[in-house]
Amino acid sequence: MLRQIEGSRAVAEAVALCRPRVVSAYPISPQTHIIEGVGSLVKSGRLKPCEFINVESEFAAMSVSIGAAATGARAYTATSGPGLLDMAEAVFNASGLGLPIVMTVANRAVGAPINIGNDHSDAMALRDSGWIQLFAETNQHAVDLHIQAFRLAERLSVPVMVCMDGFILTHSVERVEIPTQEQVDRYLRPFAPQQVLDPAAPVSIGAMVGPEAFTEVRYLAHARLLEALVCIPELAAEFERVVGRPSGGLVSAYRSEDAETIVVALGSVVGTVKDVVDQMREEGLKIGVVAVTTFRPFPEQALGQALEGAHRVVVIEKAFAVGGRGVLGAQVDALVSDRGTKTYTVVAGLGGRSIPEASLRRVLGEAIRGELGAMSFLDLDRVVVDRELARMAEDPRRAPSTARVPRDVRENAARIV
Amino acid sequence: MTEQTSSYCQVGSFAVGNRLVDPHLRTVQSDRLRPNALTSGHRACQGCGEALGARFVLDAAMAATDRQLIVVNATGCLEVFSTPYPETAWQVAWMHSLFGNTAAVATGVAAALKVRGDTATRVIAQAGDGGTVDIGFGCLSGMFERNDDVLFVCYDNQAYMNTGVQRSASTPAAARTATTEARGREPGNAFGQGKNLPALAVAHEIPYVATASVAYLHDLEAKVGRAMELHGARYLHVLVPCPLGWGAASRDTIRLARLACETGLFPLFEAAHGEILSATPIRHREPVEAYLRPQRRFAHLFADPPRTDDIARIQAIADRNIGRFDLLGERAGKGSR
Repeated sequence: MLRQIEGSRAVAEAVALCRPRVVSAYPISPQTHIIEGVGSLVKSGRLKPCEFINVESEFAAMSVSIGAAATGARAYTATSGPGLLDMAEAVFNASGLGLPIVMTVANRAVGAPINIGNDHSDAMALRDSGWIQLFAETNQHAVDLHIQAFRLAERLSVPVMVCMDGFILTHSVERVEIPTQEQVDRYLRPFAPQQVLDPAAPVSIGAMVGPEAFTEVRYLAHARLLEALVCIPELAAEFERVVGRPSGGLVSAYRSEDAETIVVALGSVVGTVKDVVDQMREEGLKIGVVAVTTFRPFPEQALGQALEGAHRVVVIEKAFAVGGRGVLGAQVDALVSDRGTKTYTVVAGLGGRSIPEASLRRVLGEAIRGELGAMSFLDLDRVVVDRELARMAEDPRRAPSTARVPRDVRENAARIV
Repeated sequence: MTEQTSSYCQVGSFAVGNRLVDPHLRTVQSDRLRPNALTSGHRACQGCGEALGARFVLDAAMAATDRQLIVVNATGCLEVFSTPYPETAWQVAWMHSLFGNTAAVATGVAAALKVRGDTATRVIAQAGDGGTVDIGFGCLSGMFERNDDVLFVCYDNQAYMNTGVQRSASTPAAARTATTEARGREPGNAFGQGKNLPALAVAHEIPYVATASVAYLHDLEAKVGRAMELHGARYLHVLVPCPLGWGAASRDTIRLARLACETGLFPLFEAAHGEILSATPIRHREPVEAYLRPQRRFAHLFADPPRTDDIARIQAIADRNIGRFDLLGERAGKGSR
């Protein structure tokens, strides 16, 4: 049914259609509306049977999910930013134990300084945790990815993170087509776990493995995750047959077939980039965009093919490796630099800063003219940064002042679009 | 042939499952068909109190639940010595996730059972003192507060034995550990610190809290049995001597567990919904010195010159417990036996 609905509420509806049996969550902005929504559906009796558990931390939320999944229940939780880091140890444990938990990550910045706005620092910090990571471009996409995520997780016995941009998606109201229960039931059958805690057939789960076998165990986890690269397109095709809408997959290309310049990005910024691509196409520039829907496992082949023929690739990232390069950018560079394709990393949208079309047009123009650096920060206030760098140069022991920078930025606020 | 005298109480207490008593009064452990939830062949040290405690508790719980039991285990000695892949010493559905999340994992197990209408299968979470009073306390307190249907058992050996005997918030005052060395003006662990987890559990007003000792098997099994008759959050704190960490002889595990109770340092009690119901009276009161002397972790107290001041402070802790729980039955008007 087509509805005008908030992203969080739409995801809650989609999750409920997947009939999770145990939902545990700890509230954190901007994930709150999702778990309020699921909680409400449980309280009203629309989602039943389901145990909705208000826990004392994200670490507990993931741990409850671990226990529930190991006992054969379909388990779901959601978190954001610092919450994802709070549960980090359990996130690795869930994938190591092969438990098909589905978790929404309403992407949020990670402090200090504390910031509840959107970026991808949270998901990137846990990119190597052994989970499948899917990134939603729109709220429709988020709904569809959640339904596919449960199927995918249970097919492979691997947990899945569905990443959706905090506030930008979670708090926007837009038109979303929610599948029917009948459609979802046809696509997603009841959870049939491969191994459960059962007194009638007792097993020991979570044994200690030493150096004699740990490498092999990790290799097998890697091989299992790579199977998702085959599985995801199949499940996306089946989703289209059942629900009647293409959604999901590994990568998604827009006007990139003959493009000399291709933008690569994750999540909701792809929508803005598409508008910019349309504008620049009208000006005669050969430009397109490729959205990476599946970030883990990394779709090397699919992305490599999508970027074939490009002269340059501009990666727009809402996270970066502090002291290193971009995260997605480094992987894209490793993929295409052999072909002589030039790559640029543009760090943008940190801590909820908007990514205006004009700024994107400016950096893309610079890239096309060969004026852009290999790594740059969109709309960085150079005046403020240079002033602080000069102060730090005077006293090398002094850290950047988190108190002064926001004040200086406010003074220069007029110059930020 | 020499003649031996035989007594009813073979070790001077009621510790063993005595085969002379009526079958229905015998312990689960005395039954040759006991479940052996933790079976032989594991890698615990000789005289390990925790291995003994875990088998006592889980066998009693399996007997009480017709073996419909799932166990969640924290990281620690008990997990490491029982499940070096591909071996396992468990004869019960068993899971290990992490060090600090055992109570929450057990909550998830209980929720999964509840949601599918399985009321027969029961859940036990178990951890050492580190996994209970320190790193596991957040999840444990949450499980208590929500009154989730889990019995949490702490096997308290009073330090991080698995990692080489470092101090925990359950390490007693004056005890030497690798991070509270027996040197300086205040040797060993500081006085006035530490967490009293049974008291904290009582403060959560959960349906059942008890302390038990591997030295008092009948008492321990009865408490497990009562816990399994109830639903909601329950807590059992079992003192389990560690020969390695305490610097004690392997043969002294039961003796030390008993002395901890007889000195008053480890009171045995039961509580329900925030109220203390009963405490087990001390039968033969011993001075704390009798408990401290056989343990190398307290050896500095008996060096030359001895730390009579510290011994007196420990005696004061025991005396306070005896008064608080009326362990000599003075308020009940019975007096010491």
